Amino acid sequence: MTSIDPADTFRQEAADLLEILEQSLLDLEKRPGDEDLVSSAFRALHTLKGSGAMFGFTAVSDFIHDFETAFDQVRKGDAPASAELIAAALQAKDHVAALIAGKAVVDPAAGARILAALATAISAPAEPVWRVSFRLPENALMLGTKPVLLLDEMRSLGPCEIVSRSEAVAPVGDIDPDYLYLAWVVEIGGPVELPAIEDVFLFIRDDMELTIARTGEPHVEEAAAGEVPAQSAEATAILRREPEPEAASVAPKDKAATLRVPAERLDELMDRVGELVIAQARLSQLAVSRHDPALVSIAEDIERLTSSLRDTTMGTRMVPIGTLFGRFRRLVHDLSQDLGKQVNLVTTGEETELDKTVIEQLADPLVHLIRNAMDHGIERGDERRASGKGETATLRLSAAHRGAEVAITIADDGAGLDTARIRAKAEASGVIAPGAVLGEADVNRLIFEAGFSTSQSVTSLSGRGVGMDVVKRTVEGLRGSIDLASEPGHGTEVTLRLPLTLAIIDGLLVRVGSGRYTIPLAAVEECIELPKNAGEMRGRSFLDVRGDLVPFMRLRDLFHADGEADVYQKVVIVSSGQIRIGLVVDQIIGNNQTVIKQLSRLHSSLKTFSGATILGDGTVALILDVMNLVGFGQKLEESRRDDVLGRAA
Amino acid sequence: MTKTILMVDDSPSVRQVVGLTLKSAGYNVLEAADGSEALTKALANKVHAVVTDLNMPVMDGLTFIRKYRAAPASTGVPIVFLTTESSAAVKEQAKQAGATGWMVKPFQPDQLLAVVRKVAGA
Repeated sequence: MTSIDPADTFRQEAADLLEILEQSLLDLEKRPGDEDLVSSAFRALHTLKGSGAMFGFTAVSDFIHDFETAFDQVRKGDAPASAELIAAALQAKDHVAALIAGKAVVDPAAGARILAALATAISAPAEPVWRVSFRLPENALMLGTKPVLLLDEMRSLGPCEIVSRSEAVAPVGDIDPDYLYLAWVVEIGGPVELPAIEDVFLFIRDDMELTIARTGEPHVEEAAAGEVPAQSAEATAILRREPEPEAASVAPKDKAATLRVPAERLDELMDRVGELVIAQARLSQLAVSRHDPALVSIAEDIERLTSSLRDTTMGTRMVPIGTLFGRFRRLVHDLSQDLGKQVNLVTTGEETELDKTVIEQLADPLVHLIRNAMDHGIERGDERRASGKGETATLRLSAAHRGAEVAITIADDGAGLDTARIRAKAEASGVIAPGAVLGEADVNRLIFEAGFSTSQSVTSLSGRGVGMDVVKRTVEGLRGSIDLASEPGHGTEVTLRLPLTLAIIDGLLVRVGSGRYTIPLAAVEECIELPKNAGEMRGRSFLDVRGDLVPFMRLRDLFHADGEADVYQKVVIVSSGQIRIGLVVDQIIGNNQTVIKQLSRLHSSLKTFSGATILGDGTVALILDVMNLVGFGQKLEESRRDDVLGRAA
Repeated sequence: MTKTILMVDDSPSVRQVVGLTLKSAGYNVLEAADGSEALTKALANKVHAVVTDLNMPVMDGLTFIRKYRAAPASTGVPIVFLTTESSAAVKEQAKQAGATGWMVKPFQPDQLLAVVRKVAGA
């Protein structure tokens, strides 16, 4: 037992409070009027100030005191929670985090600057808006220009306040329904560029009256009241304001009682349970061989208890993925400001649980995928408009259980992958031979190759050609896989499939020669008998599985197994992503719970095995790395095919 | 409601590419190879927008636009013309004839789709 430093407890508490503060601030940006969010942020600040002072973090509590004073104005409703305020408050939150971490680099002047920014944000006037006032030529309707489409287009740029002006409407008797008498004044909020507004009037610009001006005050004067002409039915409908887009959904904070346990202690517990599972397997085997019903009954009880203890222990290691998603909201917020792209992050499945270790190792790959999607996938606002999409892009982050796996999807509605460019780049950098025959999906997968990057300019975020291959390696290191789907013009979707836990898996125990091996059950599709006639035809070993040709590999040959092969050989069909192969073994022994032990450092370069396990009788079985075997099998096939083709030629 | 777009170009390949793009975006597409065929089809059908080339045999695009605009059925129907020149003179002529918008060739099918959506709605 280690004695606990009270300052450490404060740091942990502060980390939680700062997390709450950040989430509230980010939510507040989406729903500026939400009082619950304001008070939740305020509460977090207040608690931090109090505990900070108690544990001697005076710099922290002094700074928070000023931060709190500024934020109090928002709580009282004296100042709006504007985007500037949120940005300044987020910076202030980072400053507090740095102060608490006790970083030597914390510059006292930086704190003063942040407080000044906060003060300015609070007194700053509301965000300026564009005022667009326009009158189309009278014959515009006849010539096919539709004002309703122009107004719709402006509404896609940002929140709009639209007022129609009807002063010029002719007296009822003189109205020609084909003529346009109305003019409009539109106020567009949000970060809109002038050219984007001008583009709306692209075709009719030269023939119309149009003034576009920046204005600080958000309200237009009331439109002149008058007779409502038949023509303006369309316009009145437009006066209704668009509903606010739905804010990113956030799971309600769980109030259940929780206990903080050091992570190492959980790891230790997991190790012990692993040993227990092995000991229990030995007991079961012994009980069966002794033919003693009393012993068998005890062994069965212990097996049941061990199994439920294992599940509970693993459950304590499970962490909802929402903790990880929460961090990305800040990332997306910051990135969209840096890149000048409007991106709405929608997350689903935050409650999906994954092993703590998996979640920790997933953070970097996911950050990279999100950066990639925002930097390369999602187009700039003007490009999105040109291709008929709304300016605000949507980035979906979702997690869900699929059997013994968790699928995490990062999907954007951007431009999709540029297959032609990927191919050109791959050929140029020698990843594939020029003119190699590859399907579109295969070409797209090349982005996971080492040293590959198609970005024409290296930005600060991505494009240095390190990344996607690292993502792939990390995910495969977690015994997961990556799927990639892309539709040009509609977006890209990357799906990571990960096992629920790393410590214990269900395995299929097989025998090859005198050695025993475990195949992860999640990868096994089915087991069949090797047909007598399944020979090698023209150097290729294929098996006919209900009409599908599946290549197979004889593990006896691969492992140079001793002894005679069994008369009836079995095939275990395993799959990795889209690819299936058959592994020919001598005997299928059955399911077993496999506690994974890492191979020693001496053996860590072995690609074919991902680890080892200790069987009930105390012997060791190696765990096959299916992903690698599938790749190995493919290479083997290719080299044989080349051999055969070479001989034929 | 599915909107009908009349696509007028003497090049079968342009018609095919544009036609496919518009169809996959959910539009109904009519095709014509020259101005005279276009005029017949535009008057015989309810069309929601016309996309027309200017240089065509039999009847050129400008004449087609003028004749079509002369008919009451063309009221409110947007006409987009395709032009290789981005010169103001051609644009002015076409606009005088009654065109609503334009697209400079060469273009990507998606760009044309964006223009059709802009003038005719999705």
